[in-house]
Amino acid sequence: MTEPLLSVENLRTYFHTRDGVARAVDGVSLQVNRGETVGLVGESGSGKSVTALSMLRLIRHPGRIEQGSRIVFEGKDLATASEEEMRKIRGNRIAMIFQEPMTALNPVFTVGDQVAEVARIHERASRRAAWRKAVEMLALTGIPSPEARARDYPHQLSGGMRQRVLIAMALMMRPELIIADEPTTALDVTIQAQILELLRDLQQRFGTAILMITHDLGVIAETCSRVIVMYGGEVVEQAPTNVLFAAPHHPYTEGLLRAIPRVGAIRERLAVIPGTVPPPTHWPDGCRFHDRCPYSWERTEHEHPPLYQVGEGHFSRCHLAEEPERRNQPHTPLVARRRVDAA
Amino acid sequence: MRIVPRITAPANAGVVVALGFLSLLLLAAVAAPWLAPHDPLAQPDIVGARLAPPGAAHPFGTDAFSRDVLSRVLYGARISLAVGVLATALSVTLGTAYGLVAGYAGGMLDTVLMRILDGFLAIPRVLLVLVLVSASGSLPLPALILVLGLTGWFHVARLVRAEALVARKLDYVTAARALGASGWRIVSRHILPNVLTPAAVAAVLGFANTIVLEAGLSYLGVGVQPPAPSWGNIMLEGTEQLRTAWWVALFPGIVLFATVVSVNTLAERIRSGPTGAILLR
Repeated sequence: MTEPLLSVENLRTYFHTRDGVARAVDGVSLQVNRGETVGLVGESGSGKSVTALSMLRLIRHPGRIEQGSRIVFEGKDLATASEEEMRKIRGNRIAMIFQEPMTALNPVFTVGDQVAEVARIHERASRRAAWRKAVEMLALTGIPSPEARARDYPHQLSGGMRQRVLIAMALMMRPELIIADEPTTALDVTIQAQILELLRDLQQRFGTAILMITHDLGVIAETCSRVIVMYGGEVVEQAPTNVLFAAPHHPYTEGLLRAIPRVGAIRERLAVIPGTVPPPTHWPDGCRFHDRCPYSWERTEHEHPPLYQVGEGHFSRCHLAEEPERRNQPHTPLVARRRVDAA
Repeated sequence: MRIVPRITAPANAGVVVALGFLSLLLLAAVAAPWLAPHDPLAQPDIVGARLAPPGAAHPFGTDAFSRDVLSRVLYGARISLAVGVLATALSVTLGTAYGLVAGYAGGMLDTVLMRILDGFLAIPRVLLVLVLVSASGSLPLPALILVLGLTGWFHVARLVRAEALVARKLDYVTAARALGASGWRIVSRHILPNVLTPAAVAAVLGFANTIVLEAGLSYLGVGVQPPAPSWGNIMLEGTEQLRTAWWVALFPGIVLFATVVSVNTLAERIRSGPTGAILLR
């Protein structure tokens, strides 16, 4: 197999706070191949956004990428690259699309100015050349009358238009990889579909790889060939998209899939995963999901599970891989039982 | 600069009066050589015309050396305003730069810079300036401006740093970093506009503070040296005859008072305006 475009190995990003060390990302390994779209899913607090920011080394004090982490991009380890080298990669070889299209744009500059800035940074392009290129990019992202819109300020555009502007900024330098952090979360459903369609379209045209970070499994199903599920700062499951949806292995993934409301399904209570993601300063012993898990047993409370291979390209961080019969004995998760005891 | 939201708060009468007064004062200071009825240093008749009360020949009266007080107040405005403007420009520039560096860098550097600043802030400015000024005997005007400027930036730095700390967490600042913008570009393009309003308020208040401080120093005899007129040293000379010739100290006092009140009114207006409104002009 050819070498992956991006290979993250044992990434650990810790925040050294007064309340202790928050292990937000704790030993994550993942690969993205050229031209591929990979989904990264998880609840808030699972560490997916910190993983994304770490890849571009955008973590600020008191956060730190710990020794031994490797982020190999096109053969170069970004974890140890100089700030100068990182600046040449950011926005140029790896670009990022942010969640909130309103706040990710500076309100005091026109959108054309902000798109053009990317070329000014990386190509030392003249003001005029950068502007021309910006208008071209805005046109590519399907913004009508791009010349006029380029002279608008962010507040004059709708959310969907602003997200197109952010995509134009990300694609300006034709990067190898785009990290899209919840690119559609802040948008209306109809606009969401348009934006995903646009991303797919541009990806095919430019052969860009996309790491799609989201908590929306619908977005994953729509766009990704492979999915990585994060929980508690770790990768808990990794599989081709169709496999993950058809036969999830990890109980957490199972729970996520069951929590999707379905149109037309018989009306019943929507399934939820009881409890919340524990604070990253105090991950539970053993499996980090054990107290929310309907299958947990003694072993899961003490022994931290490795990433088991459970199928072709399918990995799961769950002891059920070794004791599959336990899946037939679901019970009330520990958190829910504790709540009943307390009441 | 660029288009920013229009000022929406209604212009109130106080602001109009303050702006009017300051404009007139500035004009008068610039045009002093043509406006002043007499030479501010001339002592035409030290026996016959000394301490003449306000009248047609001398609208503000004359002082103990028979000099025309109106002319001295007009020329004094030039010196007092120049000292205020230049010293404030220096201190706001220094304070903004220091605050931006500390606020954007964050972490250890911020901590160290802020502790140093705390040290500076612990020294009362008036005492610091008095020591500096009196240690050197009498200071030439540029040195006085320098001393006032170098001691006036601490609170500006503190304000700007607080604002920069907030601004650097904005999404578009992270986005700019993710696009590969250099620290300098981020600070000048994305952080600076966010600190302009507090910096402008600090500048305007600092200006009022500085002219009062200069007047105080001159009043104590360590600021602007006679015979050059400044509002402070005119008042100093007037205090000696306050019972017999009230006009010598009163007129510069009124002008100084009106200036400071006007400036503070303006500062309040800028503070309550929308963020970025000061970019307009």
